[in-house]
Amino acid sequence: MHWLFAPGLLASAPVRQALLLGFLIALTAAVVGVFVVVRGQSFAGHALTDVATTGGAGAALYGLTPLVGFLTGAVAGAGAMELIGRERAQRRDVATGVVLGGATGLSGLFLYLSATTTSSTGVTQRVLFGSLFSVSSAMVPAALLIGALVLVVMAIVARPLLLSSVSPDIATARGLSPLTLGLAFLLVAATTVGLCALAIGSILSTALLIGPAAAALKVTRSLRSAIIVASVLGVAATWAGIVLSYDSYTWRSSHQGLPVSFFVVALILLTYGLCAWRRARSTRV
Amino acid sequence: MTDTPVLAVSNVTVSFDGRRVLDDVSFAIAPGEFTGLIGSNGVGKTTLLRVILGLQKTSAGTITINGQPRAKVHSAIGYVPQRVSVDPDAPLRARDFVALGLDGHRLGLRRRSEESRAKIERVLAAVGAGSFADTRLGELSGGELQRILIAAALISDPSLLLLDEPLANLDPRSVQEIVALLHRIAQDFQVAILLSAHEMNALLPVMDRIVYLTAGRCASGTTDEVVQSDVLSALYGHHVDVLRLHGRVLVVAEPSDDVDHLPSHATLNLDA
Repeated sequence: MHWLFAPGLLASAPVRQALLLGFLIALTAAVVGVFVVVRGQSFAGHALTDVATTGGAGAALYGLTPLVGFLTGAVAGAGAMELIGRERAQRRDVATGVVLGGATGLSGLFLYLSATTTSSTGVTQRVLFGSLFSVSSAMVPAALLIGALVLVVMAIVARPLLLSSVSPDIATARGLSPLTLGLAFLLVAATTVGLCALAIGSILSTALLIGPAAAALKVTRSLRSAIIVASVLGVAATWAGIVLSYDSYTWRSSHQGLPVSFFVVALILLTYGLCAWRRARSTRV
Repeated sequence: MTDTPVLAVSNVTVSFDGRRVLDDVSFAIAPGEFTGLIGSNGVGKTTLLRVILGLQKTSAGTITINGQPRAKVHSAIGYVPQRVSVDPDAPLRARDFVALGLDGHRLGLRRRSEESRAKIERVLAAVGAGSFADTRLGELSGGELQRILIAAALISDPSLLLLDEPLANLDPRSVQEIVALLHRIAQDFQVAILLSAHEMNALLPVMDRIVYLTAGRCASGTTDEVVQSDVLSALYGHHVDVLRLHGRVLVVAEPSDDVDHLPSHATLNLDA
């Protein structure tokens, strides 16, 4: 196997932890991502990553655990967007944009203060682009638990959420509340963004949330197959990214590896391109 | 108790910002009856349907379904909205959407029983959707989508099917097909139908009852009782003529200086 990647891959504790964490986070992101794309909330999903950045940057400044910062930021941002954009769907984009702008400004301040007043280096790099290799092992159980919780919640609300996404009127007539479901889903999506931010950095978490799901929707026709394909693509890209990043230590004479987040995102983009190309070819026939 | 109406609307009034959108509207529908809710755009048809569905609060009046207050029954009404928003990429086949009519309001992912799946097939066959049941919902034509929406509403065994302008935006041939389909469904499934439309002629052969709505007020009865010059003139508040021509009905307003009071309907029917 050594012709494929550098020796010692599975013997390395950080790698094993990265593979485990990457698996669950990619799986959670894929499942939630399918619903984000179906509901046309990709922009809101991206805005959540910006408020997660604010939370992560704030946590770094005050010496808190990054996961707590990411989650608090994303969930608070989701609440703010919901409050502003509640009345009309058309306002939602505006609400999202307003929250996004404010949050990004605050991130800039927090990161500036961290970089100038504390001795820690590379805060900006760590918050924005993350690294699956550098997640503190103390955070792993909490991250796994939260990921599992998100999957359970999604299994419970999947059908009502799908119905109210396609027709809020039918859903309401059948006794559901699309507004409540929408808010619950936004909170679940925010939590997922927080997890993704831990894995590949807050700025890149959109890629892990939207990419595999959007790719899967190009080549599947039912919700179940979309979720399965998105999960497989997301986990495969994450694992392959880990392996490539580990391997990249041997690529350059300086023996400095390239960031794992870069590889994950690049592989997701490649996968999306292939799936979109396949769909375009199949519908033209 | 066979006389209990499926739907009884009694003295319903709805106001938006002091403007009466529905003004003291009353009518009842008997089990299995095919009813057309006829009126031009903007007279309150959709509002009335939303009231019956419980999506719109009333200022006054009551709604009963099978003799029970509206709030207590969700499954007795099957609803076909005017449009649904579906992305062509959405991972939802036509049959998946029909299945949501059965269990889309339930939490959890319980596996669909053999019985449920047989029911899905039966309803798909009843609306003639066998050939496109596995197509993505977002890729269906207007007529195909209408059949799927009807199937999804029908699958919960409702006693009343509400359809919001199902014939709008369909080509004439699809209109004929959907009307014939609904007529057959009303008989085969023993379900009452309340269908809104701005044009009544396509429905004349199948309508048991007409609810004629104009500016928030309504007249209800058989087509012959309601579509009369004196009844509609009273409803519009000025004289209109009803012409019957080759089995078609035309409602025509007298030429008037006061163009604002013309039923926009009248011109629409003259074009038809």
